[in-house]
Amino acid sequence: MRHVISILVENEPGVLSRVSALFSGRGFNIESLNVAETLDPTISRMTLITTGNEQIIEQIIKQLNKLVNVIKVMDLTGSDFVDREMILVRVRAEATSRAEVLRILEIFRGRVVDVSPKSYTLEITGDEKKIQAVVELLTPFGILEIVRTGKVAIIRAKKDSSHAGKLQEPKSES
Amino acid sequence: MKKTGAEIVFESLKLEGVDTVFGLPGGAVLTLYHAMGRYSEEIRHILVRHEQGAVHAADGYARSSGKVGVCIVTSGPGGTNTVTGLATAYMDSVPLVVFTGQVPTMLIGNDAFQEADITGITRPCTKHNYLVKDVQDLPMIIKQAFHLARTGRPGPVLIDLPKDVIAANTDFSYPSKLKMRSYNPTYHGHPGQIKRAAKLITGAKKPLIYAGGGVILSNASKELTTLAQKLSIPVTTTLMGLGCFPGTHPLFLGMLGMHGSFQANMAVTHCDVLIAIGARFDDRVTGKIESFSPHSKKIHIDIDPTSISKNVPVDIPIVGDARIILKTLMKCLEEEAGHDWDRKHADWNNQITGWKNNTAPQDASCGPCIKPQYVIEKIDEITRGDAIITTEVGQNQMWTAQAFKFTRPRTLLTSGGLGTMGYGFPAAIGAQVAFPDKTVIDIAGDGSIQMNIQELATAVQYNLPVKVAILNNHCLGMVRQWQQLFYEQKYIQSVFDVVPDFVKLAEAYGALGLRATKPEEVEPVIRQALATPKPVFMDFLIDQNECVYPMVPAGAALTEMLLV
Repeated sequence: MRHVISILVENEPGVLSRVSALFSGRGFNIESLNVAETLDPTISRMTLITTGNEQIIEQIIKQLNKLVNVIKVMDLTGSDFVDREMILVRVRAEATSRAEVLRILEIFRGRVVDVSPKSYTLEITGDEKKIQAVVELLTPFGILEIVRTGKVAIIRAKKDSSHAGKLQEPKSES
Repeated sequence: MKKTGAEIVFESLKLEGVDTVFGLPGGAVLTLYHAMGRYSEEIRHILVRHEQGAVHAADGYARSSGKVGVCIVTSGPGGTNTVTGLATAYMDSVPLVVFTGQVPTMLIGNDAFQEADITGITRPCTKHNYLVKDVQDLPMIIKQAFHLARTGRPGPVLIDLPKDVIAANTDFSYPSKLKMRSYNPTYHGHPGQIKRAAKLITGAKKPLIYAGGGVILSNASKELTTLAQKLSIPVTTTLMGLGCFPGTHPLFLGMLGMHGSFQANMAVTHCDVLIAIGARFDDRVTGKIESFSPHSKKIHIDIDPTSISKNVPVDIPIVGDARIILKTLMKCLEEEAGHDWDRKHADWNNQITGWKNNTAPQDASCGPCIKPQYVIEKIDEITRGDAIITTEVGQNQMWTAQAFKFTRPRTLLTSGGLGTMGYGFPAAIGAQVAFPDKTVIDIAGDGSIQMNIQELATAVQYNLPVKVAILNNHCLGMVRQWQQLFYEQKYIQSVFDVVPDFVKLAEAYGALGLRATKPEEVEPVIRQALATPKPVFMDFLIDQNECVYPMVPAGAALTEMLLV
């Protein structure tokens, strides 16, 4: 089963290599990986998509926690979360198809970020299904190049008022 | 006060209580060695002949004493030569701090002379590692390194020191406190889980303790022995656990697993509650995983959560320090008053005694040839078990595990996880440095001893009276044994056409060499070696056909033992 794992790590050189080496060294699989700084510049967040049975996912989470630079590991799968991916896609758009490409883009609420006489470069954001749908619809026109960010994900906020507005802090000393 | 990076290293070592380091200088660490001269009163440096020897020696020092072993080596090949030693220590959870030199920060990444990306290379075989980029970070990094090495599940930590960083100056103050938000090992087991474990043990009819190296690392031998004795529970250990429970105790079954005893493998297969303590269900222990202890509920006490349910599903996991947990567990069990444990477990212990009596004892009697088991039993007898034994890897290691009755923790130093040939001799040197007055014996094979034989010069230079018993069969014995049993008796590349004359070789180094070719020469050779206050090589010529039994073929169930 696919799991979305969110990892808070020390923002230091070598951390990404430790995480990726753990996966390759132990024969785990990374489908996508996304890393960026958090509000606290000393901490980075990795969003990682992986697959495996329950036992493998348990090992992955334990092994990640064992890395000295890893502050917190959360398996978002099973909890209520929102995920998004962005793609930049260069699609062939010549006289006859230019209008049609734009129409599809509008339906998916994308944007044109670059134009040439024979192509458009489009920016589209969405969850997995939406991205898959738009790629399928654009394929007949001729996709020249596609760049994907990989998924980012966040847990949905609690909807009762008592938790509203509370900042989520990284793991403190325990 | 202003100090250079090099001085900070030694000041920090002093504050961490380090008085001995093992190493070999080279270009990138000359500044460090230059500063060392001023600390020679407080910190003793043992000059080895190969960096692998330095790490194994520090490892032997650490395993025998419980302290952190420390090494200093140069950049490039100095660092890469430590990799096998680091991997050995990592697999067996040995606390080490290894300092490597590095080219100046300006040159890093330029393929400079003697440059290697040692933090990159050693990432998978260290608990953690550091590249120091600013001398101001050095004290905190050293503090963290020692903390990481000795706490939680111990392990090796590497610190890479660029040449300009150790030459730079800064104000030195060693941090007194340490805060690492991302590293907080659990020591106290979950009280609810411990209660559940106590309940399970109370209800057991056929309980068995399966103890590993974690018991030795957490100094829990006393607590383990108390638990086993009070509740009359039989004990088997892994290779790494030998010595954590007295090998002469009636409740002791010997080692389990591939070369485990008949009774240990039968007991683990038939028990109804298996209490694993500081052991990790290694493939050499479990054999075929589906047939491993199929009738038991399993309790697993381990400080490393990744060890739990990695290979074998566990019913009651308890994460924490073995000693602390065993103490709590004992309290819980004592509350369950009114049990006559001896009587309760009598049937089970009788069944085990039946297995014990059913096996022909390992035949150590010699024909015309010397039997390796006889040599080991004689060493045990003549030293009265009061020795630190190291081994190499292969037949010598398994014969030692089977024949020597280890009665105290930290008296067997052996590369269990990685299985590093060439470990035993430098480890013996390290143990002898830690305990100058103890008898330290490396039980070796003629293949293994040649892998770090250069360290004989180290032993002679520091007058470390290490004894090496070479069980010489002119071959890579364990490889040959597998070829005999599983590869159609085709001995491809496992038999040596040339083996050095170990007696002359010892003499060439300034040590003593002795040889026994007949059984009656064994005892006099051992006695003479032990009476000689300098390093001794004992060359015992043994039968090439002698194999290690019992043996469970790789991938077979533990009950499928080859007995002879």
